[in-house]
Amino acid sequence: MVIIELFSSLTGGCLVKIVVTVKQVPDPNSSTVLEADNTLARDKEVVLDPGDECGVEEALQLKEAHGGEVVLVSMGPEPAKDAIRKGLSMGADRGVLISDAQLAGADALLTARVLAAAIKAEAPDMVICGTESYDGSTGMVPPMLAELLGMPQLTIAKKVEVDGSTIKVHRQTADGYQIVEAATPVLISVTAGIAEPRYASLKGIMAARSKEIKQIGLGDLGIEKGEPAETIEGLSQAETRKAGVIIQDDGTAVDQIIQVLVQAKVL
Amino acid sequence: MDFQLTSEQQAIRDVCRDFAREVVAPAAEELDRNHKFGYDIVRQMGELGLFGLPFSEEYGGAGGDFLSLCLAIEEISRADTGVGITLEAAVCLGAAPIHDFGSKEQKERWLPDLLAGRKLWSFGLTEPEAGSDAGATKTRAELRDGKWVVNGAKQFITNCGTDISAGVTVTAVTAKANGGRPEISAIMVPTGTPGYHILESYRKLGWHSSDTHPLSFEDCAVPDEYLLGERGGGFRQFLHTLLGGRIAIAALSVGLAQACLDASLSYAKERRSFGVPISKHQAVQFKLADMAMETEIARTMVYRAAVTYMKTDGETTDEARMLAAMCKLYASETSKRAADQAVQIHGGYGFMEDYPVARYWRDVKINEIGEGTSEVQRMLIARLLGC
Repeated sequence: MVIIELFSSLTGGCLVKIVVTVKQVPDPNSSTVLEADNTLARDKEVVLDPGDECGVEEALQLKEAHGGEVVLVSMGPEPAKDAIRKGLSMGADRGVLISDAQLAGADALLTARVLAAAIKAEAPDMVICGTESYDGSTGMVPPMLAELLGMPQLTIAKKVEVDGSTIKVHRQTADGYQIVEAATPVLISVTAGIAEPRYASLKGIMAARSKEIKQIGLGDLGIEKGEPAETIEGLSQAETRKAGVIIQDDGTAVDQIIQVLVQAKVL
Repeated sequence: MDFQLTSEQQAIRDVCRDFAREVVAPAAEELDRNHKFGYDIVRQMGELGLFGLPFSEEYGGAGGDFLSLCLAIEEISRADTGVGITLEAAVCLGAAPIHDFGSKEQKERWLPDLLAGRKLWSFGLTEPEAGSDAGATKTRAELRDGKWVVNGAKQFITNCGTDISAGVTVTAVTAKANGGRPEISAIMVPTGTPGYHILESYRKLGWHSSDTHPLSFEDCAVPDEYLLGERGGGFRQFLHTLLGGRIAIAALSVGLAQACLDASLSYAKERRSFGVPISKHQAVQFKLADMAMETEIARTMVYRAAVTYMKTDGETTDEARMLAAMCKLYASETSKRAADQAVQIHGGYGFMEDYPVARYWRDVKINEIGEGTSEVQRMLIARLLGC
């Protein structure tokens, strides 16, 4: 997730401060393991969510074009600092980590409440989120965040344009894109295609050592955990794909294939 | 005792690994086949900050440490050792001596371009009849009218003949032997200086993506302020730099050994014989197990030697020299064995250029030769043992 702040009123459309929130997820190249309570095991190799990397890249490009500061915000256990550090190595300026034992297994609403509180403290003019996280994939946090922050949301953006306090996005649809705009402060959820993430430069990695990562807990945000809005009641394996029918061409193959397609109600 | 890399070292290794896999590896086969220097790759490596990795920020470096450089060289070499040696030579032999021994003016003039990878600097030590036997150096430099006039020849010089080669540091005899060894000094010669000839590229067995030429110097005159470091400092002052180069070649060797293991393991799981993947045959398993073990031992040696070298702070200690010689010797011979077994595991396909292991096998031999042969490393170890 990515948050960008714009103090457009002061600078006539220049970005003066950019904030980015990020999530640490299990490495997409490793297999998924669940804990006893059906939440994701998070003790193995973890990386910055690839979708968030694209959001960070977009934020950095906006910063390069319009100036400003990029701040990363993340909720997660302490090792999630590594995900923030990755974004700082790419060029973001500082980070905020909300870490609290009570937040283990937080659902989408609690996540959104926590992030919203932290973001409010940063007083952003623009928030950019990945459309959905790689691991949870609920896609619910961005709209919840927009609601809690009282911002209009521009979703599934594959391109962002800044024109003074007007933010215009190309919104990806099934057969093209829509151009949608809103005035800041605004929340944008971006697609992975929005920007190819850069390599963290070696200078960037070394510079990230001295960048600030502020760590706060639930108490600092004044949030009560409350009862979960959603729980996982149970889960079952997706049906394994059945082997297909192999048709040998004895001269009637086309007829046989048509029959199969008719039976499958495709034709 | 703590074998954990710092988070910066891990991050540097990871980004180099990604870069090597996504940018260097896809180009390796073509560069090798066409004997082409990878200008575009070098440019991107420069942008990433690789050429300035272990140097201070003052001249555009990243402020990383020597171990981080070794990690970077290992990862790049895992994709292409020709590119790996381009990086190693540019940093350890080209830029490091200027950074470590250069005057303020020399550093300000050359380092920003070198550390950004926009230009390459090379180091001319080896001669037709002198290499590790540095006392036999025949290249001479005489001070005439405020200029050093260089005459002689250098062999096997990396990075001297590219479009972005800015110059070479040559070791030369600056005064005749007075009883003991001759006085040897280092002199910087910019590309384009009259009398500095870069001869035709070698026809090499491997490392085709790297640039290597013989050089000749014919009344080649440079201003006297082009002396690098103190007069007569020659080998004594470069001992430290060369020690780093030795450990870096060991890191390059580890990268190649790892590449051999990667390719062999992946092939052994796919290729079937007698009804099972060949990775199920004990004969192949034992080869893979040995490759993995030796590669890890060599890597551990490189880390230890690198950390010890970092702590010497400009001086060469016996411990650092011993570990550098041992890790260079062990890692290069490990990579040779690994390349040999990688081709063997690939069978007939290993003999074909369609698989990368054929390139690894051609590239690997030089590891046992460059920056001091295996024989010289054994000699150094024996000397340090007190023989």
